[in-house]
Amino acid sequence: MCLAIPAQISVLLDGEHAAMVDIMGVRRKVSTDLLIDDPPAPGEWVLVHVGFAMSKISAQQAEEQLAVLALLGEASSALEEVGGYERDGQAES
Amino acid sequence: MSASEVQIEFYDKQISMSHGAGGEASRRLIEGLIQPLLANPLLDPLSDAAVFAGPTGRVAMTADSFVVQPLRFPGGSIGELAVNGTLNDLAVSGARPIALSAAFILEAGLPTEVLRHEVEAMAAAARSAGVSIVCGDTKVVEHGRADGMYISTTGLGQVDPRADLGPRRVQPGDQVLLSGPIGNHGMAIMLARAELEIEADIRSDTRSLVGLTAGLVECLGSDLRWMRDATRGGVATVLNELARDAGVTVTIAEEAVPVDDVVRGACELLGLDPLQVANEGQFVAVVAGEKADSALATLRSIPGGERACRLGMVTAGSRPCVLAKAAYGGVRVVDMLVGDPLPRIC
Amino acid sequence: MKYVDEFRDPEMIRKALHEIHALADCRRHYRIMEVCGGHTHAIFRFGLNELLPPNVELIHGPGCPVCVLPMGRIDDGLELAGDPNVIFTAFGDMMRVPGSKGSPLESKARGADVRIVYSPLDALKIALKNPDRRVVFFAIGFETTAPSTALTLLRARALGVKNFVVFSNHVTIIPAIRAILDSPDMRLEGFLGPGHVSTVIGCRPYEFIARDYRCPIAVSGFEPVDILQSLVMVLRQLRAGVAKVENQYGRVVPWEGNLAALRALAEVFEVRPHFEWRGLGFIAHSALRIRDSFAAWDAEKTMPIRGIAVADPKAAQCGEVLKGVLKPHQCKLFGNQCTPEHPIGALMVSPEGACAAHFKYAHLELPQQLPILQG
Repeated sequence: MCLAIPAQISVLLDGEHAAMVDIMGVRRKVSTDLLIDDPPAPGEWVLVHVGFAMSKISAQQAEEQLAVLALLGEASSALEEVGGYERDGQAES
Repeated sequence: MSASEVQIEFYDKQISMSHGAGGEASRRLIEGLIQPLLANPLLDPLSDAAVFAGPTGRVAMTADSFVVQPLRFPGGSIGELAVNGTLNDLAVSGARPIALSAAFILEAGLPTEVLRHEVEAMAAAARSAGVSIVCGDTKVVEHGRADGMYISTTGLGQVDPRADLGPRRVQPGDQVLLSGPIGNHGMAIMLARAELEIEADIRSDTRSLVGLTAGLVECLGSDLRWMRDATRGGVATVLNELARDAGVTVTIAEEAVPVDDVVRGACELLGLDPLQVANEGQFVAVVAGEKADSALATLRSIPGGERACRLGMVTAGSRPCVLAKAAYGGVRVVDMLVGDPLPRIC
Repeated sequence: MKYVDEFRDPEMIRKALHEIHALADCRRHYRIMEVCGGHTHAIFRFGLNELLPPNVELIHGPGCPVCVLPMGRIDDGLELAGDPNVIFTAFGDMMRVPGSKGSPLESKARGADVRIVYSPLDALKIALKNPDRRVVFFAIGFETTAPSTALTLLRARALGVKNFVVFSNHVTIIPAIRAILDSPDMRLEGFLGPGHVSTVIGCRPYEFIARDYRCPIAVSGFEPVDILQSLVMVLRQLRAGVAKVENQYGRVVPWEGNLAALRALAEVFEVRPHFEWRGLGFIAHSALRIRDSFAAWDAEKTMPIRGIAVADPKAAQCGEVLKGVLKPHQCKLFGNQCTPEHPIGALMVSPEGACAAHFKYAHLELPQQLPILQG
């Protein structure tokens, strides 16, 4: 249920909704059926669980999150300006 | 003469029950295939026992059995494992190997080519270590048993007089060293079983550790407290055995554990802890704290020891355990494995 | 490893911990439930429990699909494995879980053809390669994993495979969370939501937690930084006196969920009227069974499944531990009759079960001062 790993799409497989992914040199075929509404391209990163790509990983969101995290533990006044990671009710891209 | 130049005179295409029955067919197998490939003066007479002058001082003797599927895997095969595994038990006891024995249990129907490959692998591994397989035995069981082949070995070695190893020698303040990156063998086997449909360039690390351990004994003498090869159950099992047998706490630095990237990738994908994955060419050594630097330098100067590293240290503890501490202060308990590591999805 | 190492960065972890310590009001005692077994595992794996302030307590919830599976379902599955024509396939997580007559691995040792697969698609592949055998896939997992089973069944039907069936033990998370919240002996201040389930169901299903129970919930990733940031979010909401759903795991979780996954689920599965959860009893609408249109691939419709019911030993308190009412060591069997080597309940077998995790860690007193390790 919970073990899912970021993997990079290395090549899309013709004639099926599948791709080869790479995780530090480990290669596995995964189904991209769950991403059929927005198929991934080679080079993109996806989250892999039991042989299926579950979701694309958003580089932008990851960077924004890391930027927010870098400010934690600082003076609280600096923190109050940062509301950026509260996204309830908004569709994600 | 290298293995491929040896003429064998055994023309049966596969092994059958008669080859283990002790009669004519058995003789053909032993004289035609096994003995020529392993040839050495102690084995060649093919008598009931190999007879030779004994070593002086302390003797180390070890027994091992090898049951592995598949028989061949990236980086090695059962024959190589059998020889190296036995040598390594002697090596971590501070002994120089003198002689090995090899007993085969073969499955009826095993292709001769497979047996030949394994005996050649054993001959090569033994030759590289400068030791001979001086006696052995062969039995054949019905088709469906023995998974192709099982190999049992014993090893005899002479213990270096300078070696004084044992859990009672381990004390708080001692440092824990590791010979190199872990997890390669177990992951190579797991992926070779093909059920997981995962590909990676991971090869078994099977090798003889004799050169490395002998180097440590020579450099440290009694400042070398304890050694063990980290086979089934991985480094985690070995460290837990250390903690339990010596009655100490072993603390390692999480960031110090050496794992090749591709092995790490495979472990993360399958939810495994590299510390619990089997190795066939790595050992743990406990050395006196003040000698750790020179011990590491020695290991790194010996071929095969370039990636030796410091893992952690021994402290007194009310309850024997193994802890791994991360740079941010997080501590986890490193457990011994219950059974073999299993991939998980949760 | 990209998208992993950055979220295990020691400096980031330290900052997040610092923030948590600053936010936690020493006059309050915070009980925050992490529902997902993967979070339980990560918390112990990264030693996060001991680094939190003493008044921030993480309660382990029932989000371990192995732990909540009644023994009878395992017995049913292993009876199928007893047929020499059957190839029994399951994830590695299931292999050591004991039914009343032993585990799948023990069945294998007695000669049953039991195989570990990484993906249900691999089980289907085994069926294609072995046309004269019957392949049973013992499907477990929450909504993270159910779509994969659904897509596999769609593929089996498309290929006209005749020798592949699924024994569905998929369960759903929301009814379990509701059962916890409605439990009279529970008092919780907040939740860490299951991040990977949420890649499928999105964040909306948790709105009732904030709205009806006034509990903040942060849908959380699984790296240490994710878990700590989620705690920061929950503590901030508590301090501000608000309760809403926040998506901490935005790099991967879409607010609306994965529509393709939800479509596949709807096409293949329907909700069972009720299902027994080990330790929690029967919960309505909490599990998935295969629709009639896929009956040919449903083990429950095509194979002799007795529906074995096995009661847990009376002394085992799995249910209370699952609900977070008892801590593992408070169960009378913990550490005596029930240990990782001789587990009585699945919470001790599964490495992410609260009892197994506790057995390894909490019943050892960790030394206050650990030696400083060099290079």
